[in-house]
Amino acid sequence: MERVVIEEVEKTFPNKEKDGSFTVFKDISLTVDPGEFVSLLGPSGCGKSTLLNIVAGLDQSTAGEVKVGDKKIKGPGSDRGVVFQEAALMPWLNVLENVTFALRKKMKKEEAKKHAEKYLKLVHLSKFMHSYPHELSGGMKQRVSIARALSMDPAVLLMDEPFGALDEQTRMMLHREVQFIWQETQKTILFVTHNIRESILLSDRIVLMGTRPGGIRKIFTVDLPRPRKPSSPEFIKLEEEIMSILAGEIEKVMKEEMGDDFNSKKASLLYGTDRNMGNHI
Amino acid sequence: MALTESLQRIVIGFSLAVIIGGILGILLGVSKIADETLGSLVIALQSVPSIVWLPIALIVFQGGAGAIYFVVILGGTWAMTLNIRMGIKNVQPILIRAARTMGYNNTELIWRVMLPASIPSALTGARLAWAFGWRALMAAELIGRGGLGRTLMDARDFFNMDLVVAIMIIISIIGLIVEYFFFSKIERKVLSRWGLAKAS
Ligand SMILES: Nc1ncnc2c1ncn2[C@@H]1O[C@H](COP(=O)(O)OP(=O)(O)OP(=O)(O)O)[C@@H](O)[C@H]1O
Ligand SMILES: [Mg+2]
Repeated sequence: MERVVIEEVEKTFPNKEKDGSFTVFKDISLTVDPGEFVSLLGPSGCGKSTLLNIVAGLDQSTAGEVKVGDKKIKGPGSDRGVVFQEAALMPWLNVLENVTFALRKKMKKEEAKKHAEKYLKLVHLSKFMHSYPHELSGGMKQRVSIARALSMDPAVLLMDEPFGALDEQTRMMLHREVQFIWQETQKTILFVTHNIRESILLSDRIVLMGTRPGGIRKIFTVDLPRPRKPSSPEFIKLEEEIMSILAGEIEKVMKEEMGDDFNSKKASLLYGTDRNMGNHI
Repeated sequence: MALTESLQRIVIGFSLAVIIGGILGILLGVSKIADETLGSLVIALQSVPSIVWLPIALIVFQGGAGAIYFVVILGGTWAMTLNIRMGIKNVQPILIRAARTMGYNNTELIWRVMLPASIPSALTGARLAWAFGWRALMAAELIGRGGLGRTLMDARDFFNMDLVVAIMIIISIIGLIVEYFFFSKIERKVLSRWGLAKAS
């Protein structure tokens, strides 16, 4: 459990072709309190993954700095566990070995094994310890990946659309599981998602990001008691509020990508009213 | 007698080809500079049938057994090198990124991620190295000294066609045994564990 401080971070990719460099975002400042669950929400390409990777230490920021606790981030480290959209399990290791893979730098074999078993139990995969990744469903793989990240006992858990590739039922189950794990372990969690409902369901705060110029549009505090019900009026009200801002951002992206013939009425039709559509932006 | 001599040559030659080819392949896969300088050289060398080296080798090794080993090793090395190189280059970047978040440094990444991830390619490489090495050995023995190849030529010189055919059968059976009982078994085991097994 640590505080994550993002200070005036900027990310610019050097000139792709001749049109010079491309700034994804700049002046991003955000503090995630110890034990807080914060979601990054925004249209595709606004730099959510980029920001998360900078915090993970996998990407370098062009300006600004990120601190976890008092430590300035210089590279990846086991104080920050990362869960990617694809489970990223090693296909030559079984489930148990995949988790101990994260621990072998810290512990002896026997100790790592005990530790890994504990975390596999936490994600309800004790029965599958000796299975290989290809024998697991997508949801199970993602749970292994979560167990692997948690087993390092990181101060912060970073998740980049961890459930983006899963079906609705599995996703709902994993939402419950993540909330349980979060309450159990009290981790600080930074969570990237496309899904408005998912972000309201899980987070203490939602950071809404936008494009051109990239940056934070608005931060919403979700003041609803848990467990949250998507059908409650407060939930729907917040969902619509976020949707209205997000629709504008998405329209901007689409206009840019599709050219001038894009008509904004279409955008409001596509992303305006239907709640279920919002889940798949 | 000739058989054990040939087998000894192929086992030692093949092992050395796998080791040398493996090390070279890792180097090419990991280091961009090495790949840009040595990479095309390896591809060029690979297209030369290794038996072509025999005359030079015979001079360098003064007709000794070293010449035959040289040709066998050369026959297998490049296939191994190129396959390992490809295996390492094709490791999913997400696996490397994931391992980096667990605190693995560059050297550890090579040993703990890149090499295990390229095992299927390495198997293909070893299989090819065996096939090329075996062919190179037989060709070298026809010209050089000792082994099954030499016996084959002797049989021809005495117009002993039964023996010629018998030796040819022995040569192909050895190839088949190694191919099907050794490599196929390992490959099937590894591939099924990885979930890569083809429905065949
Ligand atoms: N290596 C790179 N070189 C150049 N541009 C890049 C690179 N990586 C990302 N970008 C650009 O940075 C922007 C942000 O990318 P990023 O992946 O962070 O978006 P995202 O918000 O995670 O999108 P999504 O929701 O689709 O995952 C994109 O416009 C992308 O084109
Ligand atoms: Mg992303």
